[in-house]
Amino acid sequence: MSAGAVVVVSGTRARASASLSRLWSVAVKEILQLGRDRLTMAMMVALPVIQITLFGYAIDTDVRHVPTVVYDQDGSARSRDFARSLQATGFYEIKGEVRGYDEIERALRSGAARVALVFPPRWSADLLRGRAAPLQLVVDGSDPQTVASATNTAAGLAQARSLELLVRRAPLAAHRIELATTTWYNPDLRSAVYIVPGLVGVILTMTMVMITAMAIARERERGTLEQLIVSPLRRGELIAGKIVPYVAMGLLQMTLILVLGRLLFGVPVVGSLGLLYAFALVFIAGNLALGLFFSTLAQTQQQAMQMSFFFLLPNILLSGFMFPWDAMPLPMQWLSQALPLTHFLRIVRGVALKGSGFADLLPEALWMGAILVALLVLSSLRFRKKLA
Amino acid sequence: MSAAQASTGADPIIVTEQLSRRFGEFVAVKDVSLRVNRGEIFGVLGPNGAGKSTTIRMLCGILDPSGGRGTVVGHDLATEAERIKERIGYMTQRFSLYEDLTVHENLRFYAGLYGVAARVRAARVEEVLRKIGLAGRRDQIAGTLSGGWKQRVALACATIHEPPLLFLDEPTAGVDPVSRREFWEQIHDLSRAGTTILVTTHYMDEAERCHRLAFIFRGSVLDVGTPEEVVARRRLRCAELVVETAAEVAQSLRQLPEVDEVAHYGHVLRLATVGEADPEQVAAQVARRLGARVSQSRPARATVEDAFVSMVRREAAKEGRAA
Repeated sequence: MSAGAVVVVSGTRARASASLSRLWSVAVKEILQLGRDRLTMAMMVALPVIQITLFGYAIDTDVRHVPTVVYDQDGSARSRDFARSLQATGFYEIKGEVRGYDEIERALRSGAARVALVFPPRWSADLLRGRAAPLQLVVDGSDPQTVASATNTAAGLAQARSLELLVRRAPLAAHRIELATTTWYNPDLRSAVYIVPGLVGVILTMTMVMITAMAIARERERGTLEQLIVSPLRRGELIAGKIVPYVAMGLLQMTLILVLGRLLFGVPVVGSLGLLYAFALVFIAGNLALGLFFSTLAQTQQQAMQMSFFFLLPNILLSGFMFPWDAMPLPMQWLSQALPLTHFLRIVRGVALKGSGFADLLPEALWMGAILVALLVLSSLRFRKKLA
Repeated sequence: MSAAQASTGADPIIVTEQLSRRFGEFVAVKDVSLRVNRGEIFGVLGPNGAGKSTTIRMLCGILDPSGGRGTVVGHDLATEAERIKERIGYMTQRFSLYEDLTVHENLRFYAGLYGVAARVRAARVEEVLRKIGLAGRRDQIAGTLSGGWKQRVALACATIHEPPLLFLDEPTAGVDPVSRREFWEQIHDLSRAGTTILVTTHYMDEAERCHRLAFIFRGSVLDVGTPEEVVARRRLRCAELVVETAAEVAQSLRQLPEVDEVAHYGHVLRLATVGEADPEQVAAQVARRLGARVSQSRPARATVEDAFVSMVRREAAKEGRAA
């Protein structure tokens, strides 16, 4: 009896080790193939470097030096002084003076200027007499983002100036509500600080989904999948063996982005690195499972690639990577909850910039975990070790 | 049947009963009942689309049968497909090598996949490399090998775990004649070493090298036996003649009921008659009637090809009448 039990135990152990050995064989094969595939390897490294450079330097949502023309019908020392202080904010760069609205129109249309500041005649005189002294700011609405911040700055400056005048005239009436804004976590409101951690998520989504989708589609295309299906390799072993090397790849990419972000843009990781990597593991696994699901739908590598690209677009638009999530209409917000990236962005920004802890991010992690499980179930339902 | 019983020798390694497979309306394999004995080279012969690959895929456990049942290496097809997979080798016409891996890496991968124990794996791979004469090319990328060499490596991969049963699905498609001959020598070596081999082909010369054959046509098995048996059962008598206007003579011969099959290549005419009629006499009569001079005439051996063509033609005619 006891001898039988021993046999059973060793049988189970032997089965487990055989299973591990098969899984390992697949992983080694995958690494060897990846090593031979110079182009993919180059992509894996070049993509993060290029993206971080592009997004970090070129795509700067901080508005500075907006080209501005001035139409000064007042022509006084005061109006010139106001224009100068507008330039001093750094938001405006005065490109020159114009004489008339037709010239303003020409400047805006040609792009020589985005903003025109118009002082009406007798502006300083009205101001001195205590009358309302309106100023006109003509802005180019074809670029709303630039314009919005430009207008805010000008409005702020105008208000500050009127208060100054008011205080000078009646010092005793100077009780006013003062709003003091304190910005935490990214005090200079630099977009690199916001963008770089987000890039970790975007690049992982891009490469991880595509690489797994293609890894299985390639086997199908070249006829080797049939050979795998006919072998004793179990479904789970195949999937795990395929995924393990790419998880390692994903973690490497993430490290590369964080290091580059630190060196080039001084983007810090305030919170726990261990926590960040642990959550990233769930995120990467989710993306790989999605890639796997795509690969069950695609017959060729090209189809797999197209599906991955198709998936990328809503991720960039809806996840909150580029456009504020809070500004999205409700149905879009719901939709975006189904994207792993939406949750990972909150996690990575939380950990890197705010030093958020496990408890702060648990809801997001649970979301990601649920998406991962759903995808795994879905793809193993679709992926069968049968041909038809 | 238990595995212990299966390994005693005289019993079949593959048994199927009325195995069928439908794809929608299309019946790819219909009521195939086969017995393949341990250690034999069993050929499945049929034209393209006859259901050869579908049958092999069902026997490997990668395609579910729509009807019938079977056991392969002692395991039930319907319930124990994964157990079957551990004990068979499988090689397709596409060879299924990883073209971006070296010969050695391919062998190691399949050795790992088929559970060749880690401590003997390296030795086994080296042994196989030596045996197939590829020791000098172990680090060559598989994609750069010629067709014949690829086929050798693929066969080595499929047999790295020394399976008792090996499936070969049109293994010599697109391979040069010299490599084909060498390949069949290897198949016979494997068979002598005790491996059972089930091979599909549409090359008739390959069919003659099998121990037993099954003719399969439109999803059904028409006949099973040794090449000699299936040929003898057709009761064909063959002759080869050299005739002027061979095409014309062939045309007239086709009209005769006792003539089973006529083919002509230039001036050479080959015909097969069924039953008692002597093909040489029949041809001579027709040639005389048409005034064509017969310069040579000799009896010929009926081949598997003659038997197969005869059988397929008869089957097609039967269906034509039914429709």
